Amino acid sequence: MSKISIIIIPLLVLFIVIYGYKQKVNIYNSFLNGAKEGLVSTFNIFPTLIAMVFAINIFLKSNFIEFFLGFLKPLFSNLNIPFDILPMALLRPISGSSTLVIMNNIFEMHGPDSFIGLLASIIQGCTDTTFYVMSLYFGSVKILKTRYALKVGLFADLCGIVAAFVIANLMF
Amino acid sequence: MVNIIWGVLLIIGITYGFFSGNINAINNEIIVSGKKGLDMILEMLPILVIWMGLMKIAEDSGLLKKIANLFYPVLKKIFPSIPKGNKALGFIASNIAVNMMGLGSAATPFGLKAMEELQKINPHKNTASEAMITFLVLNTSGVTLIPTTVISLRMLNHSANPTQIIIPAIMATVCASIGGLTLDYFIRRKNR
Repeated sequence: MSKISIIIIPLLVLFIVIYGYKQKVNIYNSFLNGAKEGLVSTFNIFPTLIAMVFAINIFLKSNFIEFFLGFLKPLFSNLNIPFDILPMALLRPISGSSTLVIMNNIFEMHGPDSFIGLLASIIQGCTDTTFYVMSLYFGSVKILKTRYALKVGLFADLCGIVAAFVIANLMF
Repeated sequence: MVNIIWGVLLIIGITYGFFSGNINAINNEIIVSGKKGLDMILEMLPILVIWMGLMKIAEDSGLLKKIANLFYPVLKKIFPSIPKGNKALGFIASNIAVNMMGLGSAATPFGLKAMEELQKINPHKNTASEAMITFLVLNTSGVTLIPTTVISLRMLNHSANPTQIIIPAIMATVCASIGGLTLDYFIRRKNR
């Protein structure tokens, strides 16, 4: 399995380049145009990320979670779920950049290849920010009554997070 | 929503820091957090730039369009309420294809276009249609083949195998999509 994950990106790159040649695209120019867009979009997320690192790190350093949700700890250890993943699971549907910051903190504390590090990576990679997507997309066409949309969206997130945990347990 | 959460995180963090005698750590965090954010961006930047460059080749050569076409038959089944030949399905397919390649921000315009088309065939203009909800569920549980930011942050923290999480993440995404679509299907059936 880890073999596949090592070759998947090189194969994709090879395929994109060869396909570009085949379609007679000026691939070098295309690459530069895309790279420029990448530069712009990275700079656009910079303020968001700084804002989130600021708030999230202060919140996590205060140990408030320990105080507020510490009573859940025995339950988590009984189920073999690392406690530090809880804030990430709770914030995932609300803010993608905040969970990116939490994931980076987990990497710093436990290492990216630890069980919790791998679990955090999968959770970050497997769902998008439900609240953000809904407000953006519904807002764009002025939908006010969203009916059962949020319920289904959050249920999908829950499925993803539970699946991430099960898969991490089976594979690592 | 984020507006509230951001402020609440700061207020609780600092206030509780005073109570718990942890204010030293908080003080320190205020000073160093900017640098941490900068480190994260610097690590993600080169990978995002390279990836966006490659994806532009895929877009210009029509590869993304081709991938999008692959989804057509499946999407027709998932969206029974969209009439045949409607443009919405094409935009939805493109949105999913671009999302799959890990280009969240580039996928958004296709998503907005899809919503516009869906709104045209929506009988109640201020109420979400079934197709819209199905689309958003598919979008938020979005399949990402290459989660570029996760991979770059794994590299920043010296992972032995940064891309190791690709396949498990795809598997988890598929579970999220199937879970969401199943609930969506049953709610639609119950409403009939």
